[in-house]
This record gives sequence, C-alpha cells and structure tokens, in this order.
Amino acid sequence: MDWAEAILASFRERDLCLVAYVPDEVLGPLIGGALADARLTVLCATREEEAIGIACGAALGGMPGAVLMQSSGLGNSINALASLAVPYQVPLLLIIAERGVLGEFNPVQVPIGRALRPALDALGIPHHTLARADEVGPVAGRTLRQCLLTQAPAALILSPLLTGGKERA
Amino acid sequence: MTTAPDRDTALSRLALTRRLVALLRREEAVVAGIGNTNFDLAAAGDRPQNFYMLGSMGLAASIALGVALAQPARRVVALEGDGSLLMNLGCLATIATVAPPNLALIVWDNGAYQITGGQLAATAAGTDLVAVARGAGIARSAWAHDEATFDRLVAAALREPGPALIAARVDAAPGAARPERDPVLLKDRFMRGLGAR
Repeated sequence: MDWAEAILASFRERDLCLVAYVPDEVLGPLIGGALADARLTVLCATREEEAIGIACGAALGGMPGAVLMQSSGLGNSINALASLAVPYQVPLLLIIAERGVLGEFNPVQVPIGRALRPALDALGIPHHTLARADEVGPVAGRTLRQCLLTQAPAALILSPLLTGGKERA
Repeated sequence: MTTAPDRDTALSRLALTRRLVALLRREEAVVAGIGNTNFDLAAAGDRPQNFYMLGSMGLAASIALGVALAQPARRVVALEGDGSLLMNLGCLATIATVAPPNLALIVWDNGAYQITGGQLAATAAGTDLVAVARGAGIARSAWAHDEATFDRLVAAALREPGPALIAARVDAAPGAARPERDPVLLKDRFMRGLGAR
C-alpha cells in the first residue's frame, strides 16, 4: 500500500469523512484518492486558514476532517489554529507536505520549512514526520485516534523521503 | 435589491439580529463572527445553536460552511461584519462552488472596523459586498434596505435552496451583551445544541 492509500485507509478506519485541501503537487496522489472516494466530502479552499475554518465547523457539526496543505500553508494557518482549533479543542488532522528540506530547489520555501516544527510546537500541536511508507498506516491511524479522542488538532508532516518531494517548478 | 442602500438610512444591527432570531423556528445553527456581531447575537437571546467566535477573524462563513456540510438537514446561518468578510473574500468563491443548499450568510456593513476603533473599511469607499458575492457566484445575494425586506429575505433563505447572502447597511451602536469567554464551554454547548455530542 502506498503512502496516500495508507492515509486514506486510516480515514476509513476512523470514519473521518471531510477533506479540505489547498492544491499541492506533492499531495496529488492523496487529493486524487480522496476525490475518488465517494464516502468522503472533499473540497478545495482558496487559502489554508479557510480550510481550517471549514474543517472546524464540520467537526462542530459532528463530522471531523483533515486539512491538506504544503508547509508554506502553515504560515497562512497560524491564527486560525491559535484562536480557533487549539483553544476550542477541535479535533482536526493537518497533513502537511514538507518543502524547504532534503533537496529543495526554491530558496523561498526554506525559511517556512525551517519554521514548520517550531511553529507547531509553539502552538502545542503534536506532530509526527513520516519518511517511510511502512510507518504511514500505524502513525496516521494512531495520530487520528488521539486527535479524535482527545479533541485536539494534530499534524502529520510528509517528508520528501516519503513522497519524493517536488523535483522542479 | 442589487443596489446598495445609502448609509444615512442605516438600520439597527441589534434590531435586525433580534428579527433574525425571531425567525428561527427549527433549531437553525448560527455562527457569529468576532466582535459586535456576536455581542448582538448574545443580546438577541442566547440559544444552544449559537456559536460565538472569540478570534479567527473572517472565518464565520467558513465555519458555517463546515457545519452545513456536516448537518445537511439543518439550516445554518453565518453572521459576519464587513471588515471580517473582507479578510476572507475567498470563502465566497468556495461557497459558490460547493453550493450548500442549507447555508445563508448575513453581512453587517457599517463601513468600519468598529471593534478596533472605527477605522474605515473598504466598504466605506465603495466596495459593494453584494456585488462581490454575486461576482463570486452566489447568485442569490441581495441588499436588505429596510427591516421588512430583511425579514422577507431571511425567511426565504431559511426555506428555499441556498446558498444565499443578505447584506444590510447597519449602525455602529456598541454591542449590547458579551458571550462567555470560555472557548471549550462555547464549543461544547454548540455541539450539544446540534446533537453532535
């Protein structure tokens, strides 16, 4: 099972039904797989903080969801996380395609890549980095379980070692 | 109406909020944006189906979209100020694309960022949020020029397939009450009010 299928399997296992995403090439297989899964409500947001608002609202209505973004999107998300998802204790799974490391070609991706984990740590959002396909299923499943049961956002960071990263513009 | 009302005929935001709440008969969810928008909602009569934002400026319509997707059998209303909506105009395009039939947006346009001291918003210089919403693809977008029109538009939005957007030029009277500043309590109450826990 490849990484995208393993993540989708964890959604099915935990009955996660909503996926909001901001388009990203690296996340293509996951976005495509989600769109092909009739059980999921999948929508494209114009900006990451909007996606977080949608996913939080769905969770409040009893339909927790995942938000898919690349690492630069976390920069667009900070206040939505800090003043909505975290203090209201809303279950929300962030799936972040990591840029700015391990062979990045674009210099402007590097600073936000460097800020990614410190920003999540400062917000108190637990995160796990996935670099190998065989760890995706167990880590995604357990992270999602904890996120839903403890009512708190959590993040999975997808390393270029897992996804292949983005080779060029 | 598609033409914006004059500011010198601005309506009372609190009075319109009370009229909205009076039209809610089926445990409709109401998501109120930050500041005076949710102060007036609290003043209009607290209800378990009200969600009060304490931060995340601009996200009322997005949160309401999420609630509408999660609970398709329930009508959902977002209340948002003009400055807040200007912070997240992209949500109008998303809502037009997703087209949830059970979602209505109500926009209070007083032309200013009232909560931060009354600095003028772009709406004071001419940005027409009903025109913006129509341009984004929310065809059912209209100005309410008076209280009777507001009632009629809200009643239709709660009955007919949406999404719909209703905007009104309102005053800048200080919000009349405050929701409790306890986010976990506010969330828990709202979720129980929606039968989501």
